[in-house]
Amino acid sequence: MTDKTLLPRLDRLSRITAPVPMRERPPALSGLLAPKRFMSMLGLVLFLCALLLPFITASPYVISILTSAFIYVMIAMGLNVVVGYAGLLDLGYIAFVAVGAYTSGILSTQFGFTMLETVPFVILACILAGLIIGGPTLRLRSDYLAIVTLGFGEIIRITATNLELTGGASGIHGIPTWEFFGWSFADGVELGGIFFSAKVLFYYFVVFIALGVATVGAARLAGGKLGRAWKSVRDDEDASEAMGINGYKAKLSAYVIGAVWGGVAGSLLATHLSAISPPSFEFLYSALVLMAVVLGGMGSTPGVIIGALFVSLAPEFLRDFAEWRYLIFGVLLVVVMIFRPAGLWPANYVLPFLKKRVVEPVATTNIPWAAVSKAEVAAAEAELDAAAPGSPAAPRAGQSPVADQDATEQGSRQ
Amino acid sequence: MTQVTDTELTDAPQRGELLLSVRDLAVHFGGVRAVDGLSFDVHEGEIVSVIGPNGAGKTSAFNCITGFYRPNAGRVLFGGEDITRVRPSTITMNGMARTFQNLRLFSDMSVLDNVKTAMHSRIRQNVFDQLLHTRRYRASEHRCTLDARGWLDFVGFRGDEELFVTQLPYGEQRRVEIARALASQPRLLLLDEPGAGLNHQEKAELMVLIRRIQQLGVGIVLIEHDMGLVMEVSERIVVLNFGKEIADGSPVEIKNNPAVIEAYLGAEETE
Repeated sequence: MTDKTLLPRLDRLSRITAPVPMRERPPALSGLLAPKRFMSMLGLVLFLCALLLPFITASPYVISILTSAFIYVMIAMGLNVVVGYAGLLDLGYIAFVAVGAYTSGILSTQFGFTMLETVPFVILACILAGLIIGGPTLRLRSDYLAIVTLGFGEIIRITATNLELTGGASGIHGIPTWEFFGWSFADGVELGGIFFSAKVLFYYFVVFIALGVATVGAARLAGGKLGRAWKSVRDDEDASEAMGINGYKAKLSAYVIGAVWGGVAGSLLATHLSAISPPSFEFLYSALVLMAVVLGGMGSTPGVIIGALFVSLAPEFLRDFAEWRYLIFGVLLVVVMIFRPAGLWPANYVLPFLKKRVVEPVATTNIPWAAVSKAEVAAAEAELDAAAPGSPAAPRAGQSPVADQDATEQGSRQ
Repeated sequence: MTQVTDTELTDAPQRGELLLSVRDLAVHFGGVRAVDGLSFDVHEGEIVSVIGPNGAGKTSAFNCITGFYRPNAGRVLFGGEDITRVRPSTITMNGMARTFQNLRLFSDMSVLDNVKTAMHSRIRQNVFDQLLHTRRYRASEHRCTLDARGWLDFVGFRGDEELFVTQLPYGEQRRVEIARALASQPRLLLLDEPGAGLNHQEKAELMVLIRRIQQLGVGIVLIEHDMGLVMEVSERIVVLNFGKEIADGSPVEIKNNPAVIEAYLGAEETE
């Protein structure tokens, strides 16, 4: 162990090592219908569909709303790390999107950076913002965090309204599209006789970053060491401390990673909108992203994608209802929470037609692989019986007939 | 298997190195003196029980030792190091594990993942390993899956490790909690009422398991209400009543200690 938190004098204490597994495990499910495999295949198919879409319809309207929908997916993925995995209620998440959008907007319009060059600064700014707001507040329990993040969201928006650097209330205009070493999306590209316009190229870029990198990345983080730490803190903070997980560090890492996701998505959003202003980052948007995560299913990758697509695309379909659509959203959220309290696609949900694990429970009468062998247990039972009458404790309530039957059965075997 | 009787006969207390020493520990909640001057030692491979009537301050003492409460007075030394004001996670990393009185498993995680969480501080993965699924990531995940399975087998877990813990029967959940505590590779294990809610056979299995853990060289501190289990398994017993330590001795001494009979057992008889 090289951990710096190790107390010096305890270093010399030798530690016990894990025993080798003493029994065979049933093989992992295989084939196309194994849940894990199926879900990643489904993801790949949907990713390819997103890539093929401009060949079916390249109307600027469709491309534009889908681009913003996918950016929404990335924002929701970031919030999912904070809310879904780590269980931290963040009511001002859009602030990180604002930090990302303004950082890349300012650097590109006023300092002549290309969008690609702004990325490191966006990430840095978001990590800093995450540390500044998360550092002091994550020591608190979650209710306080919700209030502080709510305030943080408003502070960022009001600061942006009042600073000259951020363009005040009118915001920043003319944010360029992405440019890679002299070649810009605006140049377009012609492949096999088909001309890809700047909008379509940017759409592809967003598909790649938001659906490919951000979604897969967040899901992978959830499966490793960090993900387990986040989920354990969410489920029971004290127990996770008892497992050697520093709850504060775990929460801070979730918060900062969520901030980075939001910030990079914000920088994509800045390009997509080409103009950003404080009203784009109102509390309403924090609430909508939160709704996407909760509606879809906290901590569930497919759920959050569905939720984000719904929240971002539904307004397009509900255009006729104008301002009424938020009422419809509200009613819908209530209905979903009544009938599917864990969201449309809960984190533990497995499609019904997929293969299920069928594991025979190991027989209780014969457990040669366990440290606790049957004969020892019988001896121990006898000891307990012998000890019980002499002991002044109340008679054992738990002496079930099953245990007795087990004991006699075992006796006859020997 | 005659091992058991052998160990029974040769079960002379082999005291290893001093692991834990609690000195004059006191915790007050407002005017309530939950723990008031508790002192005891635990050596390597030794089983010490802490008993006392409900509300005697046993769990409060546990919470102090493991860093969840800050004691108002007294010191906790672990391997000679003062851990009185150290964060619980750091204490665990340094080799002291605990279980909880009411099962506190991570309900939305699988059995295997529950056990793996305890290996957190030993797993070497950075963010990029996890994002890119590098060789280091795969190797460390493979390693900790094997270790987790080893511990599950060690405690005699019989179910499916991919299930969520809430899908398991109570007795199996207890096993998983002990496996999880062991997975942090402790030198000292604190078990807070591990026998609560278990039936007779399960208690017998627990007793064998506790001895097996002891054979690994782990020191064990046990809070338990089942006197049969406590008297059989422990080498020394510390008795608490209203936060005060009223006795410390071998099971035989405790059984015959008038103070214990009056304070603890006498109360039982009046029921």
